[in-house]
Amino acid sequence: MSQIDHTALWLTMIGLGLGSFGLRFVFLGLIGDRALPEWVQRHLRYTSVAVLPAIVAPLIAFPAATGGTPDLPRTAAAAVTLAVGCFTKNVIAAIGTGAATLYLLLYLVG
Amino acid sequence: MTTSLRSEFAKGLRGGAPFVLVIIPFGLLFGVVATEAGLNVLEALSFSVVVIAGAAQFTALQLLQDQLPVAIVLLSALCVNLRMAMYSAALTQHLGPLPLWKKAVAAYFTVDQTFATAALDYEKRPGRTAEEKFAFFMGAAIAICPAWYVFTIVGAMVGNAIPESFALDFAVPITFLAMIAPALRSLAHVAAAFTSVVLALALSGLPYNLGLPIAALCAMIVGAAVEQRLTRAEAAA
Repeated sequence: MSQIDHTALWLTMIGLGLGSFGLRFVFLGLIGDRALPEWVQRHLRYTSVAVLPAIVAPLIAFPAATGGTPDLPRTAAAAVTLAVGCFTKNVIAAIGTGAATLYLLLYLVG
Repeated sequence: MTTSLRSEFAKGLRGGAPFVLVIIPFGLLFGVVATEAGLNVLEALSFSVVVIAGAAQFTALQLLQDQLPVAIVLLSALCVNLRMAMYSAALTQHLGPLPLWKKAVAAYFTVDQTFATAALDYEKRPGRTAEEKFAFFMGAAIAICPAWYVFTIVGAMVGNAIPESFALDFAVPITFLAMIAPALRSLAHVAAAFTSVVLALALSGLPYNLGLPIAALCAMIVGAAVEQRLTRAEAAA
C-alpha cells in the first residue's frame, strides 16, 4: 500500500465533512418536513448493501498484500466473517472470528 | 435546563451508552488503519471529528491509498453516506420546530447509532416537545460521539507500534464484511449485495475505480426492484 498525498487527504477530509454535513442537514434544516417520494426511499434503503460490497469484493479477490492473487487465509477469513455475521447478526463477533481465522491460517500456512 | 430537559438528556445518555461497545473497536481500527496509511495522530483525529462517519472514512482512506483523484474518492465516500439524508428526513418530523442552530448541531451528530437510539425512543414515547426530544438526542450524542474521537486517537497512537506481520491490510475488508452481513435482512438486500459484488469484480479494470459507483448504483436499482416485485407478489397472494 502506498502512502497518501497529504494535500489530497485534507481536500478529501474537508469535502467529505461538508458533503456529509449537507446530507445530514438537507431535510432537517433546509427542505423541512416533507416526505421523500416512495421510490427514492426504496432506493436509499439499499445504499449500504449496494456500496460496501462493491468496495470489499476487489479487496478480497485481489488482495494488495499478496500482489493481487487470492490466498487461503484471506479468503477463509472473509468467508468466516460473513457467515458469523449472517448467523449471529453480531458485528463484533464477526470481526473477532474473522481476525482469528486470518491469524490462525497465516500462522499455519502463511 | 429545566428538570424535564435534564431527565431527557440523562435518558439519552443511557440509551446511547451500549453503542459505545461498538464504537470503541471501530474507532481503534480507524486510528490504526489511518496510521498505516501514513496519517499522523492529528490527521486521523481531524478525519474523525470533521467527517464523523466510520464507513465513509474507511472508504475514503482505502481509495486515497489507491491514488485515485479526490473527486472520485469523494463521490464514492459520499455514496456510502447517502443514508444520512434518509435519517435527516426521518428526524425532521421530531426536531423540525427547533431553532436552526440546534438543528445544525443535531445534523452534525447524526450517525447510525445516535439515529437508531433516538428513532427508537421517539417511537416508544410519543407526545414530547421538540426541545425534550433534542435533549434526548444530545444525551445520546454525548454518550456515543466523543468515544469515536477518543478511540481514533488511541488507535492512531497504538497503530505506530503494530508490526507489518499483523496483516492489517485485511482489517478493512473484515470490518466491512462484518457490517454487511447483518444488513442482509431480506431477499432484496441479498440481491443488491450480490449485484454489487459481481459488477464490482467484473468492472474492476475500469479507470478511476468507476466500477464502484456503477456497481453501487445498479445494486440499488436491483434491490429496489426486487423489493417492489416481492411487495406486489405479496399483495396479489
